[in-house]
Amino acid sequence: MSNKYETVIGLEVHVQLATKTKVFCGCSTAFGARPNTQVCPVCLGLPGVLPVLNRKAFKYVIKVALALGCDIQKTVKFDRKNYYYPDLPKNYQISQHDMPLAYDGKVTIVAEDGNTTDIRVTRAHLEEDAGKLLHDPGLPFSYVDLNRTGTPLLEIVSEPDIRTPEEAHRYLVTLKQIIKYLEVSDCNMEEGSLRCDANISLREKGAPGFGSKVEIKNLNSFKAVRDALAFEEERQAGLLDDGEKIVQETRLWDEKKNVTVSMRVKEEAQDYRYFPEPDLVPFEVRADLVEEMRASMPEMPRERALRFSRQYKLGEKDVEVLISEKDIADFFEQVAGCFDKPRVVCNWIKGEIMRHMNERGTDIRGLNLKPGDLAKLIKMVDDEFISGISGKDVLEACIETGKDPAAIVRKKGLEQVSDEGALEGIVEKVIAENERSVTDYKSGKTAALSFLVGQVMKATKGKANPKLAGEMLRRKLG
Amino acid sequence: MEDILSSIDGFKRWLKGRTGSLADAARFLTDRISSIDADVRAFARIDAERIARRASGLEKAGKKGRLYGVPVAIKDNICAKGELTTCASRILEGFRPPYSAAVVEKLSAEGALLIGGANMDEFAFGSSCETSCYGPTRNPWDTSRIPGGSSGGSAAAVASGEVTAALGSDTGGSIRQPAAMCGVVGFKPTYGRVSRYGLIAFASSLDQIGPITRNVADCAAILEVISGYDNRDSTSVNMEVPRYTESLSEETGGLTIGIPGEYFRAGIAEGVRSRIDEAIKVFRDLGARTVDISLPHTKYAVSCYYIIAPAEASSNLARYDGVHYGYRSPGPGGLEELYTASRNAGLGEEAKRRILLGTYSLSSGYYEAYYLKAQKVRTRIADDFREAFKACDCILTPTSPTTAFKIGERVDDPLTMYLSDIFTIPANLAGLPAISVPCGPGENGLPVGLQLMAAPFNEETLIRAASAFERNTEHHKLRPEGL
Repeated sequence: MSNKYETVIGLEVHVQLATKTKVFCGCSTAFGARPNTQVCPVCLGLPGVLPVLNRKAFKYVIKVALALGCDIQKTVKFDRKNYYYPDLPKNYQISQHDMPLAYDGKVTIVAEDGNTTDIRVTRAHLEEDAGKLLHDPGLPFSYVDLNRTGTPLLEIVSEPDIRTPEEAHRYLVTLKQIIKYLEVSDCNMEEGSLRCDANISLREKGAPGFGSKVEIKNLNSFKAVRDALAFEEERQAGLLDDGEKIVQETRLWDEKKNVTVSMRVKEEAQDYRYFPEPDLVPFEVRADLVEEMRASMPEMPRERALRFSRQYKLGEKDVEVLISEKDIADFFEQVAGCFDKPRVVCNWIKGEIMRHMNERGTDIRGLNLKPGDLAKLIKMVDDEFISGISGKDVLEACIETGKDPAAIVRKKGLEQVSDEGALEGIVEKVIAENERSVTDYKSGKTAALSFLVGQVMKATKGKANPKLAGEMLRRKLG
Repeated sequence: MEDILSSIDGFKRWLKGRTGSLADAARFLTDRISSIDADVRAFARIDAERIARRASGLEKAGKKGRLYGVPVAIKDNICAKGELTTCASRILEGFRPPYSAAVVEKLSAEGALLIGGANMDEFAFGSSCETSCYGPTRNPWDTSRIPGGSSGGSAAAVASGEVTAALGSDTGGSIRQPAAMCGVVGFKPTYGRVSRYGLIAFASSLDQIGPITRNVADCAAILEVISGYDNRDSTSVNMEVPRYTESLSEETGGLTIGIPGEYFRAGIAEGVRSRIDEAIKVFRDLGARTVDISLPHTKYAVSCYYIIAPAEASSNLARYDGVHYGYRSPGPGGLEELYTASRNAGLGEEAKRRILLGTYSLSSGYYEAYYLKAQKVRTRIADDFREAFKACDCILTPTSPTTAFKIGERVDDPLTMYLSDIFTIPANLAGLPAISVPCGPGENGLPVGLQLMAAPFNEETLIRAASAFERNTEHHKLRPEGL
């Protein structure tokens, strides 16, 4: 994009709160059930039934509000947002209009270079989710699934403080990290428990006010948000360069074609006829409840990062990896609590543990690995009781079977051989069979030594102490 | 026809004197209803077989509650599990709720024999019971006249001796006004006293369920059963329910009754006015003190109500769209067409009028001028009452400015129709308890009702005053001719 313009982005994030039951009735919020099996008269919008607020959902919002440094409304008030759609059986959504439960907060994002920027949060309010329509192009009608109807939804709206698609991406990553630390949502975009719409406009640098904004929908991943904003930035700059006007409209991101396409032009703002929800009596937010929530707050990512670098003397990059998810940070601390070499533990987590998570497409909990077991395993490697290579095998077996690493080592006979006498014959044999490498080494090509060590390891099925094997080879080839 | 249903105790005596099962008694009662209802049309439907089955169920349950076997009519907007509940609207054609209202559960638990389908104005929109999709109910005192509304079916069923008691709902006078016009007792409890769970909403911030009975004692008995906190209704109040029946025999000496000048200025029929004056004298003779009070914002009550109630109604009725349940237009077309055609054919004129009014006053650009302003006025009206109750225990007014008018007389004149609730609306806006008791015949021998209002949760004061009035007058003993 040319240097002429400044990009202005605001994000609207919807987070499903991970309460067991819906926000105004007792139905389950579990994902993936058969359509219309998690419904009751309340969430079906049958006449005569009434909403009753789920206290837990309310408390979850207070937690998010505190984590984002928001002001919290003194009185909780709900409003009705009136519009017709078949996925909204009452044809109004219970939401919060002029008194969002939380307002005036911020999300601090850290750039690649370590600089921080505050993105202001305008408001965060509690509302009920709608159901889903299922369209089969071959059928002249649509299906309605109301399982999702009434799932507690927290809408978090940012100020238009974001200046680049990359910042938007970081904002989302950071927001998700915060919410996951609070354990109030899964933030799973595939299952729709985190959804995002983006508003973007361009203006000439230094210009006051804002340009016409475009809303982008159908953003199904953080990457999609970044790509769609980057595309839209270019598209709008191109139009402006050509002297054209930006049409205020809603556009859809087409993930396959990597373009945004116009969905609808906003002729006029829709009139939702908000008014206070008469079925829910406004109530005071008690100060002691807020204090109770404050006391129950976990250590948040930024605080934890500071503590990690202080307490474990780890580098910034390592710390960022460890604190990226609360579960990973917790796991690290549990392992480091059993084995007092944090840097070694960090390397194992960054390397092997994350590799297993990626390969299995799971989070750290999904590995079912006991922190104590990993600590034992790392200690065996560190003590040179087993080799590093064996260590990796044992970890694999640990994850697969859930068995104790010491038992696996015993069963597989992986105890490292650190006895010169036992290795003597093998070292001799390797020297005799690898004349070429021996010659290379003697002529100064020191790299050949690691090849020879590898041969010893191979011959001992990874059991030889590689340090000792190296020493012996060096000595013999003198 | 023998007046066996004049009171709960009278009914119990009659039942005791009978041989045979409760189901037999139920059949006798439903036959009786059908015969009376040929003229009165208090019920949208009577399913004699279901009612007999319900009676058998009560008998088998063994436990005889306080209301064992007592026939209680239920307005067609109060849900009973598996029973047709339509709000007298075509749009809820065939709707059988899969749950029962809290009041239905409570009455059933005391053994009451519930008889659903009491006719009403469509969605309780009306003061004459003429907007029902089943056609008008007639006043038992003069079948060419309206019974009042919207709980016209409930009031007519009680007045004609079809049932011992009935439940109605009161949003702007819908229990008290028909009770007055049919010469029976009607009670609107404090907002929050009775659970609204299972009451199909008209205007959620105003609706309350209450009893309609032949006498104050039965009113207290039913009220005692249906009151109380319900965690399924966030607007219900968690306060102990007093024994209302214990207030029945208390005397009125020492009671201070406020007479608001604003309610007696103009527009009251002479026959009503003179009855109310006599009633005031009765209270004085009983040792009550009367004081003149002022409720200066009364003049805004009707306007305020006709902003707030339709606004809430327009949203409450949005769910009747032909998509999920109730009436769906069979015509082909897309979603918009389905909505439009279903609502157009399913809803009556008055419902459409109120939905339009409410939609308009909530629209952006009008919200502040109408809805928000009306809410402010509502607060002032409530403040007036709070101030007034510093000087008196209850407030006495006519229930309605006129006696029952002719069927068809006001259908084309909604504004005049709306004014028949002028004295009852303020209690809903302020959330107060209020009772209407018969105070004698007005013009043409038609019943006149006396309204008493009290401060929130002072239901006992009303029971006490109304009961003393009833003990010392004969009005409640008057019966419509021919019944």
